[in-house]
Amino acid sequence: MTDVNIIHESNNEDGLSREVLMNLGPQHPSTHGVLRLLLQMDGEIVKRIEPHIGLLHRGTEKLCESFTYTQIFPLTDRLDYLCQPSNNLGYALAVEALLDIKAPERAQYIRVLMAELSRISGHLLITGALPMDVGAITTLLYTMRDREMIMDLMEMISGARMHTSFCRVGGVREDLPEGCVERIIEFCDIFEQRITDYEDLVGNNRVFLARVENVGNITGEDAIALGLSGPCLRASGVDWDIRRDAPYEIYDRLDFNVIVRADGDCYDRWKCRVDEMVESLKMIRQCVAQMQPGPFLIADPKIAFPVNKDLLAHSMEAQIHHFKLAAEGFKVPKGEVYTAIEAPKGELGFYIISDGTEKPFRVKIRAPSFVNLQALTDRTTNMKYLADVIAMIGSLDPVMKEVDK
Amino acid sequence: MQDPFPLANIIDNFNGRVSVAANVTDMPCVIVNPQDLVELCLFLRDNEMFKFNFMADIGGVDFYPNLPRYQLVYHLYSISLGWRLRIKCPLDEPPTAPTITHLWTTANWHEREAYDMFGIVFEGHPDLRRIYMWQEFEGWPMRRDFPLRGYKDKYNPFGAERPGEGKSPIGDIL
Amino acid sequence: MGSLTDRYKDNVLFTTSDNIINWSRRSSLWPETFGIACCAIEMIAAGCARYDLDRFGVVFRPSPRQSDVMIIAGTITKKMAPIIRRLYDQMPEPRYVIAMGTCAISGGVYNTYSVVQGSDLFVPVDVHVAGCPPRPDALLHGMVLLQEKISASRQSKQAKDSSQPPLTQQSANIKENV
Repeated sequence: MTDVNIIHESNNEDGLSREVLMNLGPQHPSTHGVLRLLLQMDGEIVKRIEPHIGLLHRGTEKLCESFTYTQIFPLTDRLDYLCQPSNNLGYALAVEALLDIKAPERAQYIRVLMAELSRISGHLLITGALPMDVGAITTLLYTMRDREMIMDLMEMISGARMHTSFCRVGGVREDLPEGCVERIIEFCDIFEQRITDYEDLVGNNRVFLARVENVGNITGEDAIALGLSGPCLRASGVDWDIRRDAPYEIYDRLDFNVIVRADGDCYDRWKCRVDEMVESLKMIRQCVAQMQPGPFLIADPKIAFPVNKDLLAHSMEAQIHHFKLAAEGFKVPKGEVYTAIEAPKGELGFYIISDGTEKPFRVKIRAPSFVNLQALTDRTTNMKYLADVIAMIGSLDPVMKEVDK
Repeated sequence: MQDPFPLANIIDNFNGRVSVAANVTDMPCVIVNPQDLVELCLFLRDNEMFKFNFMADIGGVDFYPNLPRYQLVYHLYSISLGWRLRIKCPLDEPPTAPTITHLWTTANWHEREAYDMFGIVFEGHPDLRRIYMWQEFEGWPMRRDFPLRGYKDKYNPFGAERPGEGKSPIGDIL
Repeated sequence: MGSLTDRYKDNVLFTTSDNIINWSRRSSLWPETFGIACCAIEMIAAGCARYDLDRFGVVFRPSPRQSDVMIIAGTITKKMAPIIRRLYDQMPEPRYVIAMGTCAISGGVYNTYSVVQGSDLFVPVDVHVAGCPPRPDALLHGMVLLQEKISASRQSKQAKDSSQPPLTQQSANIKENV
């Protein structure tokens, strides 16, 4: 890998070079995955950072061109592996826009419920991982304990702890099981108290604040030019949330606040996520209260399996449609669409070009972590020491699978 | 509800050099040639009526074997006005386009990705290198004539046979 | 150890030494913190409070020079493979490899131009833990399987005649082929 071209050896008059090129390699406890950083350092002070990504590039976009639309759902699961239902939702919305259909209301509520649960799950990891990176290791154990509760809920609903693949084009795969709603409300009651515990444990800690306050400040203008979105952008003072400004699914019926903070440093990004978890809890309670019984999948046999599985035993057409859907997939009319949702990391966009067959022609994924990670290069101020770089990576919260697609 | 998007304003300002893509229904879409791309983007970013300050995505598309073979697709968003716009830029062989890194910093990595995956060269880019594949990799993976499984080597025995002589350049990539 | 080999050839002492050595090795397997992708989250979950790995003596070490086992958790790309090989070479013997998840075992669903179809193409793997991602309990099961494999291994020179060469010999063989 001979792609090192950032070293500038600044020689003093006596011919000794001051700056050192250091490799913060892909195997490192706090790089959140396989991220390789080349750091040009003057002692402990970091002069330039060059991230090297692509160590987890698996060719998802090319693989999407040879899978049917339903087969791509597991691939979208594996993009941001902390909050899978959000990715599923974004992709399902894009394909539904191409087909010009809308999922039934109960399915929309279930999808939003899963998306908000996954938002809490994704934010919980970074709420624990950023303090762990700067030294407070206990917080991660606490937040993972709560993530286990959410994973239990996911397992109850979809059968898998992590890669749920629960959404389908036109709805969700199954209805919520019996007793699930009570467990969700129980989780909300328990978790509400715990968020305040985390704020008390870490958020007022002098050492933690000294490590993350006024570190990695990004101004609002810089953040927009860098293409940041999600909590990273809102922590810099820019008030933009796709759930409120261009609502999709049933977000227009939910009442929630958008958390905006002013300074744009690491602490603000961390606090933004902690406060967003509180808002997500509110949204989950409202979803559960507003949900009505109904079909969980659209009633079009050419696009989705029948809701009532008994139909397959009685109706020949239903069987044939089921067979064709499972073997071949549904055809999507020619067209293209770009759909963006507010994923926990930022704006997750899917640009799908369809050529009329059952496999997409091109799927381009706008991954928020890919764009957010670019903020590590020169533009940010106040990132002086190596320790600040670690805090910055933690606060930007990149998920390497999404960065590398 | 916001006012309808003033698409006609863009067309009038660039008489003849920018056209509307009529078959795109989900958001306004304009088609522009690569030589007018930078001027259009500057206009869209700075003009008070549009204020497209957020560059959401830059992607490449390969239409092999149809012509023009390549297309660059830009997605813009205006945070204050809430508008989305798609810009398409058809490219011929060999694909070259001007860079817009000086307009939006985020374009830096997006353009590197388009270069890595399609081989689209961006003139004026400060640092055009591969971003996903390693530097010595030969070939442009997302092009339609590149096999999905790559070429056969010791890491992926399911790959396609390399055309011509059978030596893979991967070898020992340390 | 070498000076005792010829003197107490058929003595039960070797079996006991094997037991002691294997017991000490399997009871304190220290893995490298080397999560690549989604399986890393389940690995972290296995190390956290509910599925506690610490009770097996497993302590995650940041450096390969201080670790016994490398858990390859996640998809391996061709760009990453030489780095993993280098990390494996940096581990002191006896060293073991657990391939966690289908991507590490065989490339998983990603049969593409940039993914290595299985980590056993460039490192010798001792235990495969299947799943996508495998539950933390499955990883614990894999750890226990590795412990059983270590218990069954022979450290003495007598093992050269038996059909199962000691683990360190196996890894040396595969290294030459890469």
